[in-house]
Amino acid sequence: MREAIKLKGETGTWEMVIGLEIHAQVNCKSKLFSGSATDFGASPNSQVSFVDAAMPGMLPVINNEAVNQAIKTGHALNAKINNTSIFDRKNYFYPDLPQGYQISQFKSPIVGEGWINIDLGKGDIKKIGIERLHLEQDAGKLMHDQHPRLSFVDLNRSGIPLMEIVSKPDMRDWEEAGAYLRKLRSIVRYIGSCDGNMDQGSLRCDANISVRRPGEEFGTRCELKNINSVKFMMKAVEYEAYRQIEIIENGGVVKQETRLYDPSKNETRSMRSKEEAHDYRYFPDPDLLPLNISNERIEKYKNELPELPDQKRERFQQDYGLSFYDADVLTADKSYADFFEIVSEERDAKFVANWIITNFFAMLNEVEKSIEESPVNAMQLGELFDLIQDGTISGRTAKDVFEEMFTKGGSAKDIVESKGLKQISNTDELESMAKKIIEDNSEQVSKYKNGNEKLFGWFVGQMMKNTGGTANPKVVNEILKTLLNE
Amino acid sequence: MTEITNLGVTETLEGLNKKEFSSEEVTKEYLEIIKNEKDLNAYIHYNAEKSLSLAKLSDERRAKNKALPLEGLPIAVKDIFCVEGERTSACSKILENFIPSYESTVTSKLWQAGGVYIGKTSMDEFAMGSSNETSYFGSVINPWSKSEEKLVPGGSSGGSASAVAARLAPIALGTDTGGSIRQPASFCGTVGIKPTYGRCSRWGIIAFASSLDQAGPLTRSVADSALILQNMAGFDNLDSTSVNIKVPNFLDSCSKSIKGMKIGIPKEYKINELSPEVEKIWDEGIKWIQDAGAEIIDVKLPHTKYALPTYYIVAPAEASANLARYDGVKYGFRKEDTQGLEEMYSQTRAEGFGKEVKRRILIGTYVLSAGYYDAYYLRAQKVRTKIVEDFNSAFSNCDAILTPTAPSGAFKIGEKNIDPITMYMNDIFTVPASLAGLPAMSIPAGLDSNRCPLGLQLIGKGFDEETLFSIGTIIEKSANFKSI
Repeated sequence: MREAIKLKGETGTWEMVIGLEIHAQVNCKSKLFSGSATDFGASPNSQVSFVDAAMPGMLPVINNEAVNQAIKTGHALNAKINNTSIFDRKNYFYPDLPQGYQISQFKSPIVGEGWINIDLGKGDIKKIGIERLHLEQDAGKLMHDQHPRLSFVDLNRSGIPLMEIVSKPDMRDWEEAGAYLRKLRSIVRYIGSCDGNMDQGSLRCDANISVRRPGEEFGTRCELKNINSVKFMMKAVEYEAYRQIEIIENGGVVKQETRLYDPSKNETRSMRSKEEAHDYRYFPDPDLLPLNISNERIEKYKNELPELPDQKRERFQQDYGLSFYDADVLTADKSYADFFEIVSEERDAKFVANWIITNFFAMLNEVEKSIEESPVNAMQLGELFDLIQDGTISGRTAKDVFEEMFTKGGSAKDIVESKGLKQISNTDELESMAKKIIEDNSEQVSKYKNGNEKLFGWFVGQMMKNTGGTANPKVVNEILKTLLNE
Repeated sequence: MTEITNLGVTETLEGLNKKEFSSEEVTKEYLEIIKNEKDLNAYIHYNAEKSLSLAKLSDERRAKNKALPLEGLPIAVKDIFCVEGERTSACSKILENFIPSYESTVTSKLWQAGGVYIGKTSMDEFAMGSSNETSYFGSVINPWSKSEEKLVPGGSSGGSASAVAARLAPIALGTDTGGSIRQPASFCGTVGIKPTYGRCSRWGIIAFASSLDQAGPLTRSVADSALILQNMAGFDNLDSTSVNIKVPNFLDSCSKSIKGMKIGIPKEYKINELSPEVEKIWDEGIKWIQDAGAEIIDVKLPHTKYALPTYYIVAPAEASANLARYDGVKYGFRKEDTQGLEEMYSQTRAEGFGKEVKRRILIGTYVLSAGYYDAYYLRAQKVRTKIVEDFNSAFSNCDAILTPTAPSGAFKIGEKNIDPITMYMNDIFTVPASLAGLPAMSIPAGLDSNRCPLGLQLIGKGFDEETLFSIGTIIEKSANFKSI
């Protein structure tokens, strides 16, 4: 079992205690309490109804599609779906909050306790508790760059449904926190309840962190806000842990507060202390009835739940004989898994898995593209593999062909033909070539025969050079071995 | 032709049907009298041109035999209902120039039934008040006032009550949160009904206290109220608290016998503050009902004394959140030339809201605050449940409950607005039914020693407005109340 990272301070080692609050934008066509559209990137204030702008006399009406997505997500988090939950008003003033309150769920959330497994590498799995999931409205957005003196408000986001998913304080270092965030993102993408795009803000994360001596009580925590990637979350947690340790070791006390993470400086700054915290004056929203969900409805979405990452990984290990690592990588994102399953159909699954992870993903990483944006699709990659498996090209050549396909387009077959990359497996041709090389290099031959076996590679190299790399290495090896050992 | 404005809804519709007069003529008559009676300050805004063109359209429909149920009937609207294109301010400075581009469900149902918009009536600011003195547009005068002393019309639907009583409209719409239809109806000698919570849609009505607000009509007769409510009520999927239940024929209920019905009299309503004149009228009402063949029984409503404090926690709490949207950012009044956001907020709201509204926002904010929530808001909710249970058990023995509408008749302008508690006492008989979401109606029953109207209140079971219309008609006939 993996040991969590402990931090070395001047007075001894420290342990981190981390809990995450994730805001996931619910994937649905309209807002939580109005019929407005939720498309990303629309021009400012083009997706705002009278309800979203909190015009006088307007009333919220719950969007059942959003409720269904929350039910699905609750199931995927192995959580209890509550038959009755309550929408509350969370009161505070801000120009991006037209009602002067956010409709959220406080005492009675739609989803109660649950858990997910996170993968810590080498097959190590840790169970992380989920405290709750509740539905709430998003706020609008202030724009400060439109006018020298004035700030503008864009209400397109106002009222968009969010699921706030709160973990238990079960994570002990940033690696675990990162694994949790990635796993949660993977799950919501699998079931389609959120697109999981952190860069577009449809998945946002606040981190609660405290430090303690191993085995002792929880310390005072700070909440970190403004985290918009897994990487930044991990860095923010690391920075904050060291900051807290330094305070305690210098005889100070960590103050409970909300802190803002600044990715450009990689530091956290105090935003507001516990004393400055808002009194949100939560109370049940009298415009909305309690949200009642029948057992039938709960069961319906349980039964409709698709295969989740853990189940898929196990199936990949069993059905395709993949290693835990390969299966884990390929199931981390549904798009990877789908891609793999298309390519591996009627092909050597282990070979395909290995090739996708080492070559295909590397290329995507290099050009910073998602699998959906890949210029080479699953069918095209499959054709390339067929050429390797039927011996038309070598594995080495395949990498070049793939690069050509990826950067310039075209099918594997066409590239191999037009560039003459077809592997030479013709024994006669290769044999006469080998004979000529042996004849021309008698000095090397005698050195080899006198025991310098490393020179075998030199002969292979000559063969490859003469054929422009298209010689079938297996055949070359056999021929050279026979001729040199005569 | 001045007698047109003396006609009730049924008679006006009859006259229109018989082509004795046109809707345009009716509307003109009302517009004329509205202009002549400006001193009452019942209307804050009207649009003669628009009303006359609506009346003409109505006459055209009638000419084509396409008359709708309320075809050609002028309707005055409390300034709390959003009417498309018409200034809707809830009589607050903060919404002084707000013109909605949408129409409330209730008003749009009435226009679809052929009603003709005639103007916006005054009200207490955001419906917070019992005398119409908190209106940003000044006090409304009760038409029963003698020349030497101006009386309040009650509130918050004071403009509507005054307009109906003074013949400035055949009917007017009101809203009732803790008695805002019934108490002004009582003070002005009109009929007013607050239907069951959920009977009428709240969509497009500026919210005061969402769990209590209900729309209802103020009219000069019980049958008129029945007909108007018929056309206002109904399920609306834009209001999550509106109830999907069939709207019965209320007009039919007005002619039903009450023989054999059991009417409850709660002794808890015999409070010290009850004026002897009111008590006398109450006794008379009991006798009228008995004479009509109903049985009078005693009922217990033990938590009645907690209703007023409960109401003045729940309603301000909801209001404190409902009124947070008036912040100067999006629409309405904004204090200019302030430094920074905080100052813009505080100065906009300090200047935009009147004293009573600010008082209630502060009370509401306080009772919801950390550390006070349990002692006030949560407790009030628990008491509210007790009050509901009181009514449930009372209604297991009776069909309706008879009480006075208010502890006294209309008082002088300025007489009670110094001390808020004295003012809040006006609602003591009306808030229990509001907290329980029950239908309740005020029917003019007699006059006090000042020769000002006094009303009796009937409280019914949830969604049983029919019984109220039946008993209300009996009281109306027996009282033989002479309007001005």
